Amino acid sequence: MVNTKIDLGKGLVLRNPVMTASGTFGYGEEYTDFVDMAQLGGIIVKGTTLHPREGNPYPRMAETPSGMLNCVGLQNKGVEYFINTIYPRIKDFDTNVILNLSGSTIEDYVSAAEMINELDKIPAIELNVSCPNVRQGGMAFGVTCSGISQVVAEVRKAYHKHLMVKLSPNVTNIAEIAQAAEASGADSVSLINTLLGMAIDAEKRKPILSMVTGGMSGACVKPVALRCVWQVSKAVKIPVVGLGGISNATDAVEFMLAGASAIEIGTANFIDPAISAKVAAGITDYCERHGFEKATDLIGALEA
Amino acid sequence: MKQITDFKLIEKQDYGNVSWLKLQSESDLPAILPGQFVEVRVDGSPKTYLRRPISIHDVDAENRCIELLVAKVGEGSTTLTMLPIGATVNLVLPLGNGFTYPEKGEEVLLVGGGVGIAPMLYFAKMLKMKGFEPALLLGGKTEKNLMRLDEYRRWGATFVTTEDGSMGEKGFVTQHSIWSDKTFDKVYVCGPKPMMKAVFAVTKENDIWCEVSLENMMACGLGACLCCVEKTVEGNTCVCKEGPVFNTRRLLW
Repeated sequence: MVNTKIDLGKGLVLRNPVMTASGTFGYGEEYTDFVDMAQLGGIIVKGTTLHPREGNPYPRMAETPSGMLNCVGLQNKGVEYFINTIYPRIKDFDTNVILNLSGSTIEDYVSAAEMINELDKIPAIELNVSCPNVRQGGMAFGVTCSGISQVVAEVRKAYHKHLMVKLSPNVTNIAEIAQAAEASGADSVSLINTLLGMAIDAEKRKPILSMVTGGMSGACVKPVALRCVWQVSKAVKIPVVGLGGISNATDAVEFMLAGASAIEIGTANFIDPAISAKVAAGITDYCERHGFEKATDLIGALEA
Repeated sequence: MKQITDFKLIEKQDYGNVSWLKLQSESDLPAILPGQFVEVRVDGSPKTYLRRPISIHDVDAENRCIELLVAKVGEGSTTLTMLPIGATVNLVLPLGNGFTYPEKGEEVLLVGGGVGIAPMLYFAKMLKMKGFEPALLLGGKTEKNLMRLDEYRRWGATFVTTEDGSMGEKGFVTQHSIWSDKTFDKVYVCGPKPMMKAVFAVTKENDIWCEVSLENMMACGLGACLCCVEKTVEGNTCVCKEGPVFNTRRLLW
């Protein structure tokens, strides 16, 4: 019997290392026909902002070989709507329900974090300082050490549970950014958010996405994500949550070997809505096959 | 309840740029409403990462079969049309909301354009079974774009337009004489957006209730990714979950 429990600290304990990534699993409700929430370590619900956002115009996606670009732009109904309407419906899911929080000013982040702090059944925030799709979607904070230090330190004062900070790969040195988040009070970091990309319709000589650029995700980003997780996990002491192109249990194990304590499944949920639970089962299988008694034994076990 | 199911391709027929596929499941089908769609996984096509949303053309619950009309739009859909008999086809189904049934005694017209005729077969069949006498108006560029008309005729009076006049009345569906010959309480439309907008304009002018089925580009099909939104009176709305069928009063057309 493999012990799959992962303790990310500050009250965030996962029954297994698998979570679902924000923006790819709705509020969980969209997937209850396919996945038993009790088989997941956690779900990270849609990016939420203090005020409602309409998001960017259509078209918002373009397919790429082994992946996709999106420029959704944080469409959501705001934190109040989440608290009053969504939270009561999902708070009793038998898994950790984590809210992904985005903002365009520090004041917005802090106000929303204070409100979320009052929700008993939300054990953690994933702080999105890395959305590439809105001008002030947080990425301005997430691409410099001073920016990330500022926003993390202020949210830290307002939020007393587990604070996970989601990092952008669109930086020169992601390890330094992670260290800045750690020094400012992050309890963990998750990475990577999407890679900034672009798609063109040559026949029409026009961009495919309404915003011209968008965030790339899917299997194609995995090598970049794996490299980032490896670099960051060597640079910080707080737990690292790995994501980016994870499509099966082997991918998930690779992220853990590179140093991730837990992982998130993102775009793969679109191709196989039941994939998250399969990956969780597959990690257990891997541990059994390789004689690991605990999933934590995989963390950073890369023999390099 | 939605499910992920392996089907087997048991029959197919090519109609130029469109293929008719009949797929059979080993297990019982879920309840499927006319106007709903499936997300098809495309195997063996390295450039195709996402599933392809395809309208449900017909359902044979007794034999656990569903039928699709697949137009060769890009590499993903073309790969589907080239599958051999016996191939496994993985579907997520049923997705979306489906058409709203009319009230008892109402006269209804189902309008399909191009491959957009697909969902109108199953809808016409269900309407007929519920005691309605649906009329169908199907349009194509040429007669080659119109297929399986005998199937449609089983469930309702079927009228045809082609742009080149090779079959039925020459012109667009909005120019067909049925609009002046008969009155309808409800009109349902599926086809290219310009065609749907043109039919909507006709219904608006005549104050007729109208539903259209949209096909915005989508990824998940479940309302999670928010990529396929259409601007509606309620703001950006997911076509995959809140649609694909919308009452035209909700749209900003």
